[in-house]
Amino acid sequence: MDLNDTPEQAAYRVRVAAWLHEHRDEAPALDLPEEELVPAQRAWQRRLAENGMAGVTWPEEFGGQGLGPIESVIVGQEIAKARVPGILDVIGVGMLGPTIIAHGTQEQKGRYLGPMLHADEVWCQLFSEPAAGSDLAAVQCRARQEDDGSWRLTGQKVWTTNAQFSAHGLLLARTDADVPKHKGLTMFILPMDAEGVTIRGLRQISGEAEFNEVFLDDVRVEADAVVGGPGNGWGTALTTLMFERLTIGSGAEGLGYRPERFVELVARDEHASADPEVRRRLGEISIELLAVRFGGYRLLSMLQQGTIPGPEAGLAKVTTVSAAIEAFDLVADVLGPDALDEAGETAYGISFLPGLKSAGGTEEILRNTIGERVLGLPPEPRLDKGIPFSELRAKEREAVAK
Amino acid sequence: MNLELSQEQEFLRDAARNALGRVKTVEAAREALEDPGARPDLWPTACEAGWAGLIVDEEHGGAELGAFDAMLVMIEAGRVLAGIELLGHLPAAALLNAGGYGDLGAIAEGTQRATWLPTRPPTDDVPAWTVEARGGSRRAPAVALDGDRLSGTVAWVPDAPGADVLVVIGVDAGGEVAALAVDATQDGVSVEAVTRYDATRALGHVTLDGATGQRLALDAEGIAHAWYFAQTLLAAEAIGTVETCLASSVAYAKERFTFGRAIGSYQAVKHALVEVLRRRENAYSLLVYAGWSHEDRRDEFPLAASAARAAASAALDYAARELISVHGGIGATWEHDAPLFFRRAQLSRRLLGGMGDATDRVAGELLAKAGAV
Repeated sequence: MDLNDTPEQAAYRVRVAAWLHEHRDEAPALDLPEEELVPAQRAWQRRLAENGMAGVTWPEEFGGQGLGPIESVIVGQEIAKARVPGILDVIGVGMLGPTIIAHGTQEQKGRYLGPMLHADEVWCQLFSEPAAGSDLAAVQCRARQEDDGSWRLTGQKVWTTNAQFSAHGLLLARTDADVPKHKGLTMFILPMDAEGVTIRGLRQISGEAEFNEVFLDDVRVEADAVVGGPGNGWGTALTTLMFERLTIGSGAEGLGYRPERFVELVARDEHASADPEVRRRLGEISIELLAVRFGGYRLLSMLQQGTIPGPEAGLAKVTTVSAAIEAFDLVADVLGPDALDEAGETAYGISFLPGLKSAGGTEEILRNTIGERVLGLPPEPRLDKGIPFSELRAKEREAVAK
Repeated sequence: MNLELSQEQEFLRDAARNALGRVKTVEAAREALEDPGARPDLWPTACEAGWAGLIVDEEHGGAELGAFDAMLVMIEAGRVLAGIELLGHLPAAALLNAGGYGDLGAIAEGTQRATWLPTRPPTDDVPAWTVEARGGSRRAPAVALDGDRLSGTVAWVPDAPGADVLVVIGVDAGGEVAALAVDATQDGVSVEAVTRYDATRALGHVTLDGATGQRLALDAEGIAHAWYFAQTLLAAEAIGTVETCLASSVAYAKERFTFGRAIGSYQAVKHALVEVLRRRENAYSLLVYAGWSHEDRRDEFPLAASAARAAASAALDYAARELISVHGGIGATWEHDAPLFFRRAQLSRRLLGGMGDATDRVAGELLAKAGAV
């Protein structure tokens, strides 16, 4: 049982830490206004990429380091230790780039991966829709092919992080409604400045707009925009979702909900620190978050041995979000209404977390998936298997009308 | 980084599973409910398998394995509700081994069975060094040490009946603490055997009246270690029991039909069983933390052990109740084994300070580190 670096990993860590120490002054301050912050973050991502600290697991031929998940985590840990921001385009480099590497054409890889890694072009993920979240294969955004081979896209996407300054999006659309829903999907690369694309910020509980809605009105993309072939969109999307799970799971503490953070807030109040009820709640919360920390190490250990984790890795997100909700509640109970000052981190956490519960799929659907795939429990009865998507939609409308 | 089991650890686990598989421990747990005398004597099995000397140094005849190896054996014991006297013996053996006890060979072989009188470490309790008492506040000062004479009572001592050697932690009038190895057969030692709710577990109330023993060469930190080591053993045992509860619940949820559907297809049932899995995974992750910190980060072991204990006890409580719920009414009757697992959960969560004490210790350790006043 060993949590220590191998000699090679230790040497790598030293090199990473040394570079970060030397160049930390170049890192952007995160309190800049967005119009200054984004260019600064892009410049910082370029510096990290040039020095091997972005795309650590990408193959070398696409500008990556060709290293393993542990090295990727080492970079993340050293970036956190140096108290500098990481890369801007986590979604592109962590999830969409690997999807293009797995399913894209040589031309697509040559054209898109370099600018993505260096943040010359930021990417966004255009998967979820108002009526297709956890049930992602229910997307309704339509793509129709023209005689010249180009495609016309019409529909609406939602929860799109970074869309307002992205150059491209990876978009899942329905190209055939007359086959069962998982079969008629195709993945596209969408230039965000194409005619007919409208981006609108979506304000959350906190009042901030961290996500966007993206509207597509008869948007034309060329035939070479298809990733992984027409009709293969679901398989391509599953690759993205697997990398999403790894991005969240292997950086289990990447969400920033470390037990020490909450303990420090409570520790400032001597009465609270000695109160048995506060201590019980703090203990229970800390136990959950410590379990997530060591569950993350177990996941990394599996990855290092070459095992790809299954859906049970998603339980870390369930635990983290629930414990963080409890933690902010505890801190706010200790501090009283002062905790709800909107400028402070506690009010922000309280506002942010209810939505995080559904991010990447609702907790309820995740528990279904784990129950069925990990425990082998029988599935819920489903009405959408084996029937064309168009018929399914007609049935849904009929059921609502009854 | 490698947190997988080594080949030796897999072998140890499989050997334990095989050895315990030869005894019908769950059936025995049922018989013992009506006749406490029917509790099978698993100590010969433990000695034959080498568990008595698992953590004793090789030079004294032990296997000199690590704390996590002991936890692996406890997981297997918990899986089949085996009442082996390791919860008492292993922490006692750790103290005897570290403290230079004279007859370690007999401890390693198991010809002498030991137990320790659980005494809370001083770090977060006022007054320092308390033991379990019966009823009320449940806390009493540790056994009093006057010269070489020990006097006092410790309640709910695991595996005390029939133990040959007691490791007693005594505190003198000046607050100095010492651990002594006490021959349990001497006058001045009395052990009242108790069976409480879970018939698989042997407990005793131990009273010392001027008993004497051999002083062990241990400082306060060395003595406190036994408390946390015992917490990890109890945690490991609970995790094994959770695994059996989960497997049994899942199997039934697949074969029992209501309204034309297997009950496991209902979200309400499915989500609850996933909750058992979630709690099991979290508790096991913390057990890994405890095993790792024991070897490489000893200052974090109290935190890790307490967290593992609290998480595992809570997981077992949840799993045992879910086992009953999934089985419906029959799960609450003696027609089914579920009550045996429920009884195990009910007693386990209240032993060795209880899970509330462990949870408070987690808060205390972290607050101290954060510099709380």
